[in-house]
Amino acid sequence: MEDLLQPILNGVLLGGLYAIIAIGLSTIMGIVKIMNFAHGDLMILSSYLCLVFVTWLGLSPYWSFFVVVPLMYCIGYFYQWFLLNRVLGKATDPPLIVAFGVSIMIQNILLLFFTPDARTLMTNLGMKTISLTPHLKIPVNYLSDFLIGLVVIFFLYCFFQKSYLGRAIRAAADDEIAAKLMGVNTRRIYAHAMGISILTAAIAGVLVGMTFTFYPYTGSTYLFIAFGVAIIAGLGSMKGTFVAGIILAVAQLFGGHFLGPGYQVVSGHIILLIILLLKPKGIFGTV
Amino acid sequence: MSKSIALKVTGLNVHYKDFQALWNVSLETQEGEITSVIGANGSGKSTLLSTVSGVLSPTAGTIDFFGEKIDGLPPHETVARGLSMVPEGRRIFPRLTVYENLLMGSYSPRSRAKRNRALEKILDLFPVLKVRHYQMGNTLSGGEQQMLAIGRALMSEPKLVLCDEISLGLAPVIIKGIYKELKRINEEGITIVLVEQDIKRSLKAAGYAYVLLQGKVVLEGKPSSLNEEEVKKAYFGV
Repeated sequence: MEDLLQPILNGVLLGGLYAIIAIGLSTIMGIVKIMNFAHGDLMILSSYLCLVFVTWLGLSPYWSFFVVVPLMYCIGYFYQWFLLNRVLGKATDPPLIVAFGVSIMIQNILLLFFTPDARTLMTNLGMKTISLTPHLKIPVNYLSDFLIGLVVIFFLYCFFQKSYLGRAIRAAADDEIAAKLMGVNTRRIYAHAMGISILTAAIAGVLVGMTFTFYPYTGSTYLFIAFGVAIIAGLGSMKGTFVAGIILAVAQLFGGHFLGPGYQVVSGHIILLIILLLKPKGIFGTV
Repeated sequence: MSKSIALKVTGLNVHYKDFQALWNVSLETQEGEITSVIGANGSGKSTLLSTVSGVLSPTAGTIDFFGEKIDGLPPHETVARGLSMVPEGRRIFPRLTVYENLLMGSYSPRSRAKRNRALEKILDLFPVLKVRHYQMGNTLSGGEQQMLAIGRALMSEPKLVLCDEISLGLAPVIIKGIYKELKRINEEGITIVLVEQDIKRSLKAAGYAYVLLQGKVVLEGKPSSLNEEEVKKAYFGV
């Protein structure tokens, strides 16, 4: 029993990180109704941007966080405004192809500038742990990921519930024409929504960079995690995304614990399949 | 008191790709009046309203709103100028609460500041919305949804409201109530354009009426001067 607690604890904490990775993707799928294939790559792009600020300007990862996150909001806004909005509403596949293209471009640009070497954002939290019992330790960086995840999702929830912009984004997701008739410029709303989505991806990217190593191609790995979490949760549910992040992370770590590290990803996918069989709309899904 | 022209549509042509839905449609609405546009299914009534509100763009013709040219402007621009629409099928936001639905009506920056006053007025007009305050839009009955749609359109404190088929699918007693409230709204000085299939009721409410048939205005006049045979003939095109 004692040795089960560690993977459960790690899984729960890691779940908070998975939730921030997924929340932006799930929001965009629910609102603009497109699958943003570049979500993971934009996330890793933020990790590299952070790296640039750390190594070139000598900022600490925490400070560069405050530069990278607003910058990524702008990149998300323009990504929607100049690329995706042009192909929206014509058919379902053009936005997919655009997003896929952007994904490939980002990966190759990163490869060109940074080589395929593994990178990480060094922090002073890296190896620290808090011991609960002799056998049970809390990794401090996992704990901070979890707490930041909780805070981000809480703020996102408040934003969507309380602000005019957040309400307009939800209204446009419900009925685009009716939202237009209320005076909402839906194209601009979509750009803001993508900006917010990529802002969360940037937070996730910096946290991932501080917790694990990353390569130019790591984006697709996280895209699948985000996709898995979004599907388990059901689209558009914030609480659901948090719980689903924990479910997927615990499933992965259990797989790793019992079957060996090679089975981590596959055991996560098995849980995903089982949940889809039982609840096709996701655990908290309405659509 | 001299009244100005609230809405003036001149020579409007609207196409859906190769199909022409409106042919040289012209109409005029006096400020403070109820104008009715009637016609059978597919006669172009909804197309007309969608074009006035800016969801569709005309291929020819002009639309003037209180003397300002508004044709080709997107909906968020027409709403900002004081034009509001109660869309066909109500189009309530299903996963927003009644309160949030109403707030969406005051999205336009012009009306945000005055939203509390508008809200109070609307809850006074439709007290049932007060009871349903925190319910999701999709849990309301058809009649309640229609009241919410009208209330939502009024939240922007508009000068003119376009009403598309507000009696569609509702029980006669509820339609009667809604028309009574429409009269009250009109008496406060808001110009109303009614689009209906229900000839009798909308002619009774209106000060002036137009009949559309296959995208053309085939008959117009004061309801009192229109004879029933003529209207029927124009409506069905026989």
